[in-house]
Amino acid sequence: MTSSADRLIDFVLDEAHLLDEGRFTEWLDLFTEDARYWMPAAPGQTDPKLHNSLMYEDKLLLRIRIERLTGARTYSEQPRSRCHHLLQTPRVEHLDHDRREYRLRTSFHYVETRLDRQTLYAGWASHHLVEIDGVLRIRLKRVDLVNCDAAFGNISLFM
Amino acid sequence: MGDLAKRWNGAELRALIRDNEVHRAVYTDPEIFNLEMARLFRASWAYVGHASQVPNAGDYFTTTVGAEPVVIVRRGDGGISVLINRCSHKGVRLVSEGSGNLGKFIRCPYHAWTFGTDGALQNIPLREGYDGTGFDAAEARLGLARAGAVEVYREFVFCRLNDEGIRFNDYFGESLSTLDNMVDRAPAGRLEVAGGVLRYMHQCNWKMLAENQTDTCHPMVAHESSAGTTVRIWNEQPEGTPKPMAVEQFAPFASSYKFFDNMGIRIWPNGHGHTGVSDSIHAAYSPIPGYHEAMVAAYGEERTRHILGEVRHNTVYFPNIMVKGPIQTLRVFRPLAADRTLVESWTFRLVGAPDLLFERTCMYNRLINSPASIVGHDDLEVYERAQQGLQTGFRDWVNVGRLFQTGEGTANAEVVRGTSEAQMRNQFRAWLRFMAPPQELAP
Repeated sequence: MTSSADRLIDFVLDEAHLLDEGRFTEWLDLFTEDARYWMPAAPGQTDPKLHNSLMYEDKLLLRIRIERLTGARTYSEQPRSRCHHLLQTPRVEHLDHDRREYRLRTSFHYVETRLDRQTLYAGWASHHLVEIDGVLRIRLKRVDLVNCDAAFGNISLFM
Repeated sequence: MGDLAKRWNGAELRALIRDNEVHRAVYTDPEIFNLEMARLFRASWAYVGHASQVPNAGDYFTTTVGAEPVVIVRRGDGGISVLINRCSHKGVRLVSEGSGNLGKFIRCPYHAWTFGTDGALQNIPLREGYDGTGFDAAEARLGLARAGAVEVYREFVFCRLNDEGIRFNDYFGESLSTLDNMVDRAPAGRLEVAGGVLRYMHQCNWKMLAENQTDTCHPMVAHESSAGTTVRIWNEQPEGTPKPMAVEQFAPFASSYKFFDNMGIRIWPNGHGHTGVSDSIHAAYSPIPGYHEAMVAAYGEERTRHILGEVRHNTVYFPNIMVKGPIQTLRVFRPLAADRTLVESWTFRLVGAPDLLFERTCMYNRLINSPASIVGHDDLEVYERAQQGLQTGFRDWVNVGRLFQTGEGTANAEVVRGTSEAQMRNQFRAWLRFMAPPQELAP
């Protein structure tokens, strides 16, 4: 089964929906075992390793992050942060049916809130998807903030 | 400012700092903050950047020293100027925030007055319009204000804003050994700023960050959530799983009180000091292939062992930077207001070392110092709670008395137990010294 554009777009929309509902463990299951979640710290950044990034995490680090959120002594998440994604319709930028690899770009406004503070972030997400045994998975999610080089307070959840 | 200067004499300031307690106003009072900008950050030596950020003539970057906006520029003669970023004509911020190349002179975007890279006024359009107007006696004729003194130490650029005051070597003394060690870790004997910078906004007083750097009784508590979770998840992995670099970096934050107590703290005069005298959370990282060989080729076995045997954890250079030699990071705690601090975390490449070492540096910076860092989230939460808590009028004092000993701080390079708050007290002794009104400042 190959992936139609609609199926890919729905996947990206559903992914954000899991985050907005705080279903982080289910969200993490969307990623391949060798996946990365990357938030560059410089516009147009090409190197995730030999340059500073806001985040560049594998599945283990993402799991630590997610399990930490509910820890009894995770004071920075008491009370918990919440988030909301407002997405433009994802655009399919690359379809390789032979290799079952797909790339989408999605513009977003993202809001993170905790207590009375609310912060708005804007940018675009790039999803590198791969279909394995008929199931779509994320191999790379890259999040580019339009002001990625600005000074931020806590970025606590996932964009 | 005139009234402030009269009001806050040495005796009044000393009333805020006891041997083992600090008055909450020192963290919360905007008047004290303004006084810090006017006195402390002008009389002390501030780190402004690294010479590798301005390799060529005309290269510049901007930063602040206390509340003063400054531009650091490489002159044609190879020297480095630290200039106040304010046109002498109408007061316009001359150079945009950031970095770039100015060419041979600095041109104001408003009326095209130009200044040399040494700050001297060069040209004014229609200059004859000032003939006979008393311009020679006007302040504008002086060009850009500059730092009173600039010192480039092994490519680290420091300045003292005041024209007169303590000399660089007297101010830092033996504490420069941490910078020496960081530079010596490069097989080529020099560092480069690389990989950009992480910028993290904190709604708390800058001194909370400076104190936290040698606070060894908080990691196992505040970071239980991040490092503790890491250790728990790591222990669930099948035996024999190779330990990732990220786990090597996170896990030691969960070390015991005994571990931190044993690692020791060394304190130097003028508020400088470091944790990690005999051991540290950076001591047990896996070797980087090719690095040791490159070091031995450059320095020989014995010197290499000496250089890499130094495991210093956090070195605080008073007032507002922290250096990690074994990790090659430098953090600047830039004061913006009594309750607002911008933390910049810089990374350095050891020239001649394998890329993997710089990858480790960037990973550490990202895992610990990014606005998305879970360790950073732990710390910022407690800083901001402290800033809020200190607003209460029902308690006035912050305790810094752990393992206080009468007469401490009189010896140079004194080594104390790792869980002592002696370095925090050392910073407050320096704070009092450099907050004193100019007429009371010791030479």
